[in-house]
Amino acid sequence: MKEQLAKIKSEALAAFGAVTSPAALDELRVRYLGKKGELTAVLKQMGKLSAEERPAMGALANEVRSALEEAIETASQKLEAEALEERLKAEAIDVTVPGKAPKLGREHPMYSALDEIKDIFVGMGFTVLDGPEIELAELNFDRLNAEEGHPSRDWSDTFYFDEDSRVMLRSQTSPMQVRAMDSRQLPIRIIAPGRVYRKDEVDATHSPMFHQVEGMVIDKNVTMADLKGTLNLLAEELFGKGTVTRFRPHHFPFTEPSCEMDVQCHKCGGAGCPTCKGEGWIELLGAGMIHPNVLRMANIDPEEWSGWAFGMGLERTAMRRFKIADLRLIFENDVRFLEQF
Amino acid sequence: MNLSRKWLNEFVEINAGDREFAEAMTLSGSKVELTHDMGEEISNVVVGRILSMERHENSDHMWVCQLDVGKDEPVQIVTGAWNIHEGDLVPVALHKSTLPGGKKIEKGKLRGVLSNGMLCSLKELGLDERDFPYGVITAAALLNDYHPIDPDKPSIPADIKPGDKMFGSVECAGVANVSPSGEGKWECTLIRTEDDGPCATTLVTDCQNLHKWDLVAYNTKTNTICTLADLRAEQKEFPNCIPDGIFVLQENCKPGDDIKTVTGLDDHVVEFEITPNRPDCLSVIGLAREAAATFDRPCRFHQPEVKGGGEGVLPELLDVETPDPELCPRYTARMVRNVKIGPSPKWMRERLRAMGVRPINNIVDITNYVMLEYGQPMHAFDYRYVKGGKIVVRRAQDGEELTTLDGNVRKLTSNMLVIADDTRAVGLAGIMGGLNSEIVEDTVDVVFESANFDGTTIRKTALALGMRTEASAKFEKGLDILNTLPAVNRACELVELLGAGEVLDGVIDILNYVPQPTLLKVEPDKINALLGTDVSENVMYTILQKLGFETTKERGVVKVPSWRGDVKEMADLAEEVARFYGYNNIPTTLMRGQTTLGGYSPEQKLEQKLGAVCRSCGYDEIITYSFISPTWYDKIGWPEAHAKQEFFKIMNPLGEDTSIMRTTTLPSMLDILARNYSYRNKDVRLYELGRVYLPGGEDGLADEKKVLTLGAYGEGFDFCDLKGAVEAILKEIRAEEVWFEGWRIGDDAYHPGRFATVWVGGVEVGHMGQIHPNVARNFGVDAELYCAELDFDKLFQVRGADPEYVPLPKFPSVTRDIAVVCREAVTVGALEKAIRKGAKGLLKEVSLFDIYRGKGVDEGKKSVAFSLVLRADDRSLTSEEADEDVKAILEALEKDCGAKLR
Repeated sequence: MKEQLAKIKSEALAAFGAVTSPAALDELRVRYLGKKGELTAVLKQMGKLSAEERPAMGALANEVRSALEEAIETASQKLEAEALEERLKAEAIDVTVPGKAPKLGREHPMYSALDEIKDIFVGMGFTVLDGPEIELAELNFDRLNAEEGHPSRDWSDTFYFDEDSRVMLRSQTSPMQVRAMDSRQLPIRIIAPGRVYRKDEVDATHSPMFHQVEGMVIDKNVTMADLKGTLNLLAEELFGKGTVTRFRPHHFPFTEPSCEMDVQCHKCGGAGCPTCKGEGWIELLGAGMIHPNVLRMANIDPEEWSGWAFGMGLERTAMRRFKIADLRLIFENDVRFLEQF
Repeated sequence: MNLSRKWLNEFVEINAGDREFAEAMTLSGSKVELTHDMGEEISNVVVGRILSMERHENSDHMWVCQLDVGKDEPVQIVTGAWNIHEGDLVPVALHKSTLPGGKKIEKGKLRGVLSNGMLCSLKELGLDERDFPYGVITAAALLNDYHPIDPDKPSIPADIKPGDKMFGSVECAGVANVSPSGEGKWECTLIRTEDDGPCATTLVTDCQNLHKWDLVAYNTKTNTICTLADLRAEQKEFPNCIPDGIFVLQENCKPGDDIKTVTGLDDHVVEFEITPNRPDCLSVIGLAREAAATFDRPCRFHQPEVKGGGEGVLPELLDVETPDPELCPRYTARMVRNVKIGPSPKWMRERLRAMGVRPINNIVDITNYVMLEYGQPMHAFDYRYVKGGKIVVRRAQDGEELTTLDGNVRKLTSNMLVIADDTRAVGLAGIMGGLNSEIVEDTVDVVFESANFDGTTIRKTALALGMRTEASAKFEKGLDILNTLPAVNRACELVELLGAGEVLDGVIDILNYVPQPTLLKVEPDKINALLGTDVSENVMYTILQKLGFETTKERGVVKVPSWRGDVKEMADLAEEVARFYGYNNIPTTLMRGQTTLGGYSPEQKLEQKLGAVCRSCGYDEIITYSFISPTWYDKIGWPEAHAKQEFFKIMNPLGEDTSIMRTTTLPSMLDILARNYSYRNKDVRLYELGRVYLPGGEDGLADEKKVLTLGAYGEGFDFCDLKGAVEAILKEIRAEEVWFEGWRIGDDAYHPGRFATVWVGGVEVGHMGQIHPNVARNFGVDAELYCAELDFDKLFQVRGADPEYVPLPKFPSVTRDIAVVCREAVTVGALEKAIRKGAKGLLKEVSLFDIYRGKGVDEGKKSVAFSLVLRADDRSLTSEEADEDVKAILEALEKDCGAKLR
């Protein structure tokens, strides 16, 4: 009997080790461990053994059984692992096949440039104002110290809705300065982006409708140094740390002193190239200290309060930001253009 | 404003290079647009004297010249030009020289003969006849250069010889001798044959291409040598007798001189952008002051000195009246007699040319010269046309006419100011002179006017007549009233310098307005406080003094110079200090002071949210013009809107297509959809949050409403795609009770069967649908276009509150699918409404999953299937409970919609 058990064990273990499919494994299990299996058949003969032999033989039989069971488990695990490996191999895909992306729309590049500007100023405690585009000439000109006879008031430059030149399409966002001074508590920190209109024919750098952002601060002890500091910050945020700027004297009726801010040409680093027309600098915006007359007209005492203001063209900023060569692209709205941004 | 640096250097010597000069001037406030070296491209070109000329041995038209170019040895140059003669001074481009246009000259052989450079024409030096009027070339038709068009039928025989008749009084003659007779003319001796044999005729001619042995056509009647025009010949018949050739110099120069110095091309011109507050900088003197202050160099201005002594007494000859003193604050005049009109000297022409002004004659050039130098417009009248010796500066009569110098007849109004004599207008004050008093060749007596006119009047007149001139552009900015006298004196000084006439003693000077100097207090603390600087009082005074501000007896008070009408208060002084202290030396600081709370308003936040949801639905943002063409109303099927004219109309539009402010964004969107369609862009989805401009706002302004407009087209894009986007938008803003209503009289722009108004609660927030095929066709699109227009204010109004947490369901739900059959006309919306109405509180979700027509469903009916989700929040539903609810729902469906369970 002992020999029988040993034989079963060695035969079975060899068979289990060589098995290649779950069905064959199951068959072997029945063959050895089933009710009519070989091991069971041997155990059935236990009764015929003497009482002295029985415990030793029983222990041996159990040992063989657990060895067989363990071998089945091992074989089964091995088969499963092989099957999984097989499946994963079969499921492999070509990962270079394009993804199924949902189509996302794009923000217009000019408005994304505007968003950046708005965020910069909101972070500095500015409020964003919105105002009318059809505006009173009084606010667009008179209240901004551009008296009767100022060339920008000409019908050749500005769009009007009446013979008396009373109502017009605002030619700048600056009337928002006046609206802010008239309606808000001091101190004031506002920006006002929006559409403006001038009588320019459409070409690569002009459009009768374009966008500006106006900015204004009125407070006690506001200086031109503050203006420079704030605008330098803007330039760095827009065009990167270390952006070099310069300030040039200029003239606007509603600021005194007035200036224009240039940024050093990104292409040539100031040496002069076609992008900057050989100047090494590119004009970014106009600014200045609010003219005392403008404050007085808003019933703000220039002896007590001072302020600065700036106005920048958005199209040109966006064009520089995204290296767009032709202004007409901005209003053409070709999706092949829009979806680049 | 152009500035000749040579002219500038007369007043202030500045040696900086162009770039350095431009940079410094720009940073002190005079913005330089560009600088131009007039002779930049010319090098190694010198004056040469032609020592000898010989005909080229291998060419019928070239000459081999020996030239003295100021070196030990003469140089040999071959040329094809025929207008030169021995002894002429000509520009010589030597070996290794450069000319305008990047042209490089090197020595080489021309038909076997060495040429060590090139002789230059005016054009080759970048000049033209305006620069050197004497450079015009008149060419005779040389018969030895005749090339018949048809070789078989020559109109001039090849063997023609002196004495042969050609036609009429024209016969052939031979050139025996040519010699200069002065002023660019030539004395020419011709050999002719008369009845009694050969004879010689001598005449003076303009033709410059004559040389010994040439054969010419001689007109015996007029005693002239014929040009091509005289013979009615074509250029190709006389290919070498061309009105072009070498520039023969009449300048005072010698061989070897640099041609740039001789022709004035050694100047550098700087172009400034002068801001309108600084009319004083529209002059050489004004810019000299700025340059002197910028470079801290002394200025040398000179007081004009007039000798006078001309015959006559000024007040007896001329009387001036200014009946409208407010329009003519000052009128200054002087007179010059016995003028000799002629070209002005080279130095003056060069300076005018550098400043972009075309030389005309000495008197006119003097007025232009003074205007450029002093910034004071001048005018010169021919005295003989000033009737009655009287000048009246008056308003024009309505309807009065004046022919201005440009030859145009101008109809005037009483708002315009004219210079008149006793009987008629002779000039348009401050803008342009009259043709009737123009300086002409035989002008003898001249009146110089140097006046100050009211800027606004000049500007309005110039605008009304559409004639903005150099003078009017200056006057309209407001000029220094004290400048008229030095200017007129300068003009008279120049007359004497040029020997152009005899200046009368005395000046007529009517001063209707005596300007008071502006006195300003210099407050260093306030200036520093405004600038954020720490500039010392001393530095401030130094800067102001450099700019012509004078200190006064009163400490701390300065007198503003008369030409600085723009300086009125402390802020203006601060700018002057800042300009020369340097804007870039002002420190940079960040703002201090009271903290303000920045941020976005709820409306702005909604705008951002709407944009974000549109983009996540795949729509690209566009920007369209706010103005449209009125014809677009017809294009979108709204002719009555056009007829009613309820919109803002621009009085002075750029064109009809941008002439009215839109009251609807739809055509703008359709225009962009159509453009993309024409570019063959597939699957286009666009949105714009833009304004419409409705009449009826405050102060006569517009009610500017924002509209969110969606537009789309593409393969398979349909109503439900767009509706889905609209639903997503409404969901994003947490709008509740959303429904779409169809079958309604809608908008003519839309397909009547595919149009819906969009409702949130009781508020109609907009509408959407397919664009009417006719409208799409009007925009050139032969495809289905879809648009939605949502009113921003309404969206703002119906937006939901911030979300509040609802506990997640603890108990399972039961799903029941039902399919009902109903008439075709019953809408899914109505069925849904009935389902919700019938439900007893357990219904959580209804979703459509099928609409079926066909086999098994009667004609005219449809089967609609919904999936219902039922759930109780406090217990697990039993099947019976769910059945009861579904039963109630089915009853409602039957009762309200006539729909039966299938």
